[in-house]
Amino acid sequence: MQIFGIATQALFGQLLIGLINGAFYALLSLGLAVIFGLLNIINFTHGAQYMLGAFCAYFLLQGAGIGYWWSLLVAPIAVGILGIVIEKTMLKRLYALDHLYGLLLTFGLALVLQGVFTNYYGSSGLPYRIPDELSGGFNLGFMFLPKYRAWVIVASLIVCLATWFVIERTKLGSYLRAATENPALVQAFGINVPRMVTLTYGFGVGLAAFAGVMAAPIYQVNPQMGANLIIVVFAVVVIGGMGSIMGAIVTGFGLGVIEGLTKVFYPEASNTVIFVIMVIVLMLKPAGLFGKER
Amino acid sequence: MDTTAAASHDTRAGIIETRTARGNRTFLVATLVMALMFVVAPFVGVYPVFLMKALCFALYACAFNLLIGYGGLLSFGHAMFLGVAGYASAYTAKNWGFPPELAILFATALSALLGLVSGLIAIRRQGIYFAMITLALSQMIFFFCLQATSITGGEDGIQSVPRGRMLGVLDLSNTLVMYYVVLAIFLAAFLLIHRIIHSPFGNVLKTIRDNEPRAISLGYDAERYKLLAFVLSATLTGLAGATKAIVFQLASLTDVHWSMSGEVVLMTLLGGMGTIFGPVVGAFILIGMENYLASFGQWVTVITGVIFVFCVMALRKGIVGELGAWWLKRGK
Repeated sequence: MQIFGIATQALFGQLLIGLINGAFYALLSLGLAVIFGLLNIINFTHGAQYMLGAFCAYFLLQGAGIGYWWSLLVAPIAVGILGIVIEKTMLKRLYALDHLYGLLLTFGLALVLQGVFTNYYGSSGLPYRIPDELSGGFNLGFMFLPKYRAWVIVASLIVCLATWFVIERTKLGSYLRAATENPALVQAFGINVPRMVTLTYGFGVGLAAFAGVMAAPIYQVNPQMGANLIIVVFAVVVIGGMGSIMGAIVTGFGLGVIEGLTKVFYPEASNTVIFVIMVIVLMLKPAGLFGKER
Repeated sequence: MDTTAAASHDTRAGIIETRTARGNRTFLVATLVMALMFVVAPFVGVYPVFLMKALCFALYACAFNLLIGYGGLLSFGHAMFLGVAGYASAYTAKNWGFPPELAILFATALSALLGLVSGLIAIRRQGIYFAMITLALSQMIFFFCLQATSITGGEDGIQSVPRGRMLGVLDLSNTLVMYYVVLAIFLAAFLLIHRIIHSPFGNVLKTIRDNEPRAISLGYDAERYKLLAFVLSATLTGLAGATKAIVFQLASLTDVHWSMSGEVVLMTLLGGMGTIFGPVVGAFILIGMENYLASFGQWVTVITGVIFVFCVMALRKGIVGELGAWWLKRGK
């Protein structure tokens, strides 16, 4: 069976890979957007924290025999706590300064984390087994769908939508949105804004670690796994604009799919297509697709 | 740029670049001392190849500083100019038989063009977005260089580039001759940057950095000034990259990689953003460190990261900036 002269098998295969990549773009850009909203900092360490999540799962399995499902819970909490320590000891001191210093600090931290792990684990990947419950797959007739990949897409969607729900539809979320608009006023109402900022950073970092655990069985555990990914995610964030949570989710998945389709129709451009889209979006709508003009 | 940044820039600017006669004299004396040190350095046992590498990076950092220190724009994609100019000079020198001066000139012009195109795109957003966009653009160029193997040689790069004869007379295969050519290029560019900073254009640029709305209300077209600063910075970065390719007879993917963009940020931050000598100091420290710590492998990345964190937390004015502040306090 063929569509546009391309075997459907290949088309759907790349579409699936696109959706998987999109799931990670969405999770990571969501975390970046949540952090940026409240802290006004672009978290350059995000890629390294995603890598830490994967390593955390690997250590839990190798060291304590703790499997995938518990890792999915423990790793984000552990990495999130590390994030909170970073926020409390370092980022906190930079809020009064130009936002660019936050970018520089997190860039330095990313170098440290990636350097340390590359030093001990090299740059080749460490394998992480797919949990038994999710091995195998479904035969859909037109393609084979591995269970684990389906799970990644569904789980990422659920987490993204839950985050959207909490921020846009609950009382806690309303505090958060209010603090984004005017922290001084929210503080005056008796809400502990500094603590909220700390927890928000921890949560955003936890999302990155969650993505890292989910990525471990697919991409292997590799110290450099977040380094290049984060740059693509930056482009995703620029395209979506950081105004809305839903924007981050939609652009994440959308760009993943576009990237996958490019691999089918014009493979040479698959690495650069997201950057090209970024350029086009910047020319037409500088604030991004979902962003608000300042 | 918000007001706190503007304030810190103000004090910094006041320290190093007072436009008084005294400030000017200090600059001239310091530049002369620096030039003399570089002239005699090969004779007191400093390895010329190391010096050439450090000088190329110093020029790279000075060009970068022109943008961040005086324009207030943090580019995280300057590696694209360094790398593309390196490829251009290596390719033309090797495959088209260009003499070195023409190869460097061509590569610098190409870098200026790339600066104009990427500047037009990136200048549409400010602050953090500007940094992310330049980073994304340079990553795009990186993938382009990786895939255009017929021009760039892909993973291998362009190797054994002929150094040739500068202007037909200077035989660059002689390391010492090559060194003095690099030094001349560096000093010329360094003086040019000083001139740019203290020109009316430079003053408007600093005004825009410190208070953009006011500059606009005074009738200055801020976007055009920023774009010109970006192009100038890209051009001089291209000059550094092109020279570096001729010196090392090699153009490779390392120079287009994002880590090279990060490195120049660190050099400038460590030496002192918005100080004229800071980037030179920062470049020499970092290149020296990489040179002597090369056997530590990946730990160099870790140390680089630690210095980054340290600079942001405790040394935001950079070495030269802090020394300048100390000097002023002492003088009072």
